Amino acid sequence: MLTRLISRSTTQSRWQTRFWILALLAMLLFFIGNVPDSSSGIGFVDAAHASETVAEEAVELKGAPKLKREDYPQLLGMSSRSIVWVIAQMHLYLAAFVLAVPLFVTVIEWIGVKNRDDRYDDMAHEFMKVSMTAYSLTALFGGTLAFALFLLYPDFMGYMMRVFGGQTLVYAFLFFAESAILYIYYYSWNSLRYGNKKYIHLSLGILLNVVGTTLLFIANAWATFMMAPSGVNEAGAVTGNIWEIMRGPLWNPVNLHRFVANIAFGGAVVGAYAAYKFLSAKSLELKAHYDWMGYTANFIAILAFLPLPFAGYWLMAEVYAYSQQMGITAMGGILAWLFIVQAVLIGTILLAANYYLWSGMSRCDGSERYRYLIKYIAVTLVVCFLIWVTPHTLILTAKETAALGGSHHPMLGPLGIMPAKNIAVNLMLIATFLSFQLYRRSDKEVTVAWAGLGNALLVTIYVVAIANVIFAGIYYGYFTNTVYKVGSSVMQVVSTLIVIIAGVTIDSLMFKGAKTLPSKWGQVSNRAQYALFALPIAFTWLMALMGYVRSSVKTHWHVYTVMKDNSPDNYIPAIGHAGNMMTIATISFVLIVLFIFWIASLSESRQVKPVASA
Amino acid sequence: MPTIVKVLAFSLGMALIFTGIANLLPQVEGQAPEDKEVDLGALTMDSFIALGEDIFKNKGTCTLCHNNMGRAPDILHLDMNEVSRKHLADERYKGSATDVAGYIHESMVDPGAYVVKGFGKKGSKDTESPMPAVNKAPIELTDVEMDAVTAFLQAKDGGEVTVALPSEAPAPSTKEAVPSVAATAEEAIGKFGCSACHAVLDSSAELGPSLKNIGARLSAAQIRQSIVDPNAVIAEGYPPIMPADFADRMMAKELEMMVKFLANSK
Ligand code: HEC
Ligand code: HEC
Ligand code: HEM
Repeated sequence: MLTRLISRSTTQSRWQTRFWILALLAMLLFFIGNVPDSSSGIGFVDAAHASETVAEEAVELKGAPKLKREDYPQLLGMSSRSIVWVIAQMHLYLAAFVLAVPLFVTVIEWIGVKNRDDRYDDMAHEFMKVSMTAYSLTALFGGTLAFALFLLYPDFMGYMMRVFGGQTLVYAFLFFAESAILYIYYYSWNSLRYGNKKYIHLSLGILLNVVGTTLLFIANAWATFMMAPSGVNEAGAVTGNIWEIMRGPLWNPVNLHRFVANIAFGGAVVGAYAAYKFLSAKSLELKAHYDWMGYTANFIAILAFLPLPFAGYWLMAEVYAYSQQMGITAMGGILAWLFIVQAVLIGTILLAANYYLWSGMSRCDGSERYRYLIKYIAVTLVVCFLIWVTPHTLILTAKETAALGGSHHPMLGPLGIMPAKNIAVNLMLIATFLSFQLYRRSDKEVTVAWAGLGNALLVTIYVVAIANVIFAGIYYGYFTNTVYKVGSSVMQVVSTLIVIIAGVTIDSLMFKGAKTLPSKWGQVSNRAQYALFALPIAFTWLMALMGYVRSSVKTHWHVYTVMKDNSPDNYIPAIGHAGNMMTIATISFVLIVLFIFWIASLSESRQVKPVASA
Repeated sequence: MPTIVKVLAFSLGMALIFTGIANLLPQVEGQAPEDKEVDLGALTMDSFIALGEDIFKNKGTCTLCHNNMGRAPDILHLDMNEVSRKHLADERYKGSATDVAGYIHESMVDPGAYVVKGFGKKGSKDTESPMPAVNKAPIELTDVEMDAVTAFLQAKDGGEVTVALPSEAPAPSTKEAVPSVAATAEEAIGKFGCSACHAVLDSSAELGPSLKNIGARLSAAQIRQSIVDPNAVIAEGYPPIMPADFADRMMAKELEMMVKFLANSK
């Protein structure tokens, strides 16, 4: 006699679920009469919701569907996951880009108004131009993604629609609003250029960003709901209002992380645009323009990049708080290897950014004063980078252990453990900020009387912060055996942030009205431009990698703990396969970006075939 | 070379380097747990315990946390019989279990009933357990599976297994399998009737090869295989009639005693 252990207990729990649904229904019937529709909370009210009849409520309390393998349509024997993977990734890249560009464009536009400098205004306009073509492509890929999802995962999408209901309509509405405002903002640029009209234009920019950011946050809720569902019961039946569904434990960490990461990513991509134009430019005047543009884009990318690891750690901490199991799956299970790749990517980003800054220092003779420091920064970066990629101990299930031949990496040593990595990451960030600050200073001659004092203060802050980062890491990491080693990383993060904040504050005060030394724009080496390509490629790959983690920590669930994934692709793909997918996505994105650059330059001049003749 | 070609080549090169690194790392897929079919009728305590071990290491994902990295008590290397009794007696214990099996079961379905010192949720001062209730999503063990895990945790350090085999197992086979575990190799050989076919101890049966000096011909591993899976290698000149179900009917202890005894018969 063969008995299926599993089915026996699910019938049992199905009955329990039914019982609970009935009980909940009874409670709901009771409450609906008494409670006004105040529950819809802030923002995204589903208008249809209020008028729903009791019978419809009953339908809504249905749990998540339990799918069998046959329930998943197959397209030509291709892996549905791979199809959706690449399309979703393209949509995310483009969306991240088009939402990020207006954020810094509006800021640059405002700087232009404040400094009465038309160069800023022109540059902001040109950045926007690049993002316009990307916008239509974003919509195109978004539509394709929705189509692919409904086609290949109909039941899953049906469930998501049931959960999010009217919220998706808000999303659609905001998308149209975004398009309208975007076109008005871009095409009214020259007609609303001066005087009070400029402020109307700036307000449009702000409105555009408010709408865009709201869009981002709404879409984030879908991803975070899948990782850590809220507002539904154990069976996946909707029990909360849309606000409770959206406001899951991971929503805000992801909102912050993606918001900041998007800016870094957007900055990096327009940096590549500038580099591309620089390399193709024939006249020194054009080269000077694009050199400056590339420099600004790199500035934006790095400034947004520096706080990212901290946002990342916050996100990870919330994942652990939500479910230790999920946290360990991400950081200590089979996925842990991927953080080595992440370290390589972030190392690449930091080295490329620093290299670009050092090359850029040649633009100004004033940089001679600081040049001797570069070699120390370089050594610090490389040593820290090597410590960072030293693999951490990994623990796995018996099967995985067997597959890997042991749970401990042979290179494991004291450098492989977290405190050492924390020291390394923080020192790399401090070193990068130092490069950045030296660069900013190199074309300025300080005039304020307290310059000596300011410098002494700054040096002291650097020294204390670095000492603190090292001390906290070593002391708490190796000489205490508390499980609260986290305490040390807070101290380190605070030290790093203090350096950044103090550096920016002191310098902006100290160099207010400083004498500016002449800079030779447009004479920077071609090689430096390749650093501007390395940056977005590493970013692009990194985004794909992190998307893989986000999706994989759910293991065999569509919606963690609530809706099982029984499709043929319900396993976590090996890192190599995932890497191949990421490269496919990255290269496709590079091709699209080059297409966008090409379109952007079509409109700008009378050159007939800029790409072919370049 | 045109700029666009150089840029493309550069991008491709970088992406390939990253892919290369990803492919150099160990390649492991994270499989979704399979719904294994278990033949309850043929279930013996030994295969039940083995099932428990398998669940502990795979479907239950227990080893994700319960390992030697300090994420959770290393219960594979702790004697859970001893630990359970100690924790039951602790004044911080708030559960309702009274014996070892009850404590282990409770730890799985209501981990907060007793939170081991130093392992509580961050900031909860060891009042809340970070361990998920394993009968709920995402782990979703069934009652039978949890019993199997309990049996495994009791048995692994030689403790007495007090959970019963799943009740759906037909009564006769359960009764046969559970009672009297042989205490010595000789007793086991008698119990399983090896002497009906083999020359062993004081038997001189000739249906199968003599086992009197088997240790001289076969290694312990080969002997173990001959008993557990007799049809894997058929001794020359003999028919393949040796029963293939000893593995299911024997306790691991009995098998090991027998293997040791035979391997030493030289
Ligand atoms: C997400 C991590 C995690 C997973 C997965 C997990 N546990 Fe635990 N477990 C813990 C932690 C942490 C403790 C200690 C805190 C406590 O006592 O609740 C614990 C405690 C226990 C205890 C009590 C130990 C004692 O000394 O009293 C038992 C028994 C146990 N787990 C069994 C299991 C089994 C069996 C599984 C797999 C089905 C499992 N655990 C899965 C984290 C986990
Ligand atoms: C029904 C008769 C029968 C019973 C009962 C039986 N065996 Fe056998 N056994 C055989 C036969 C026939 C062979 C040779 C064919 C083969 O290798 O399967 C054999 C082979 C073996 C071998 C391998 C010998 C060699 O030289 O390769 C070992 C060891 C062995 N049996 C041990 C045992 C033990 C221990 C028991 C009791 C638990 C047992 N057998 C019960 C019939 C039996
Ligand atoms: C070092 C600590 C970091 C950790 C632990 C971390 C963790 C994560 C996680 C879990 C996600 C998935 C969330 C999601 O996809 O919405 C994510 C997304 C992302 N991370 Fe990080 N991150 C870290 C640092 C960085 C850095 C330094 C960058 C910048 C280059 C970065 C860029 C991104 C981007 C762009 C995404 C969005 C990808 C996507 O949503 O598809 N992260 N991060």
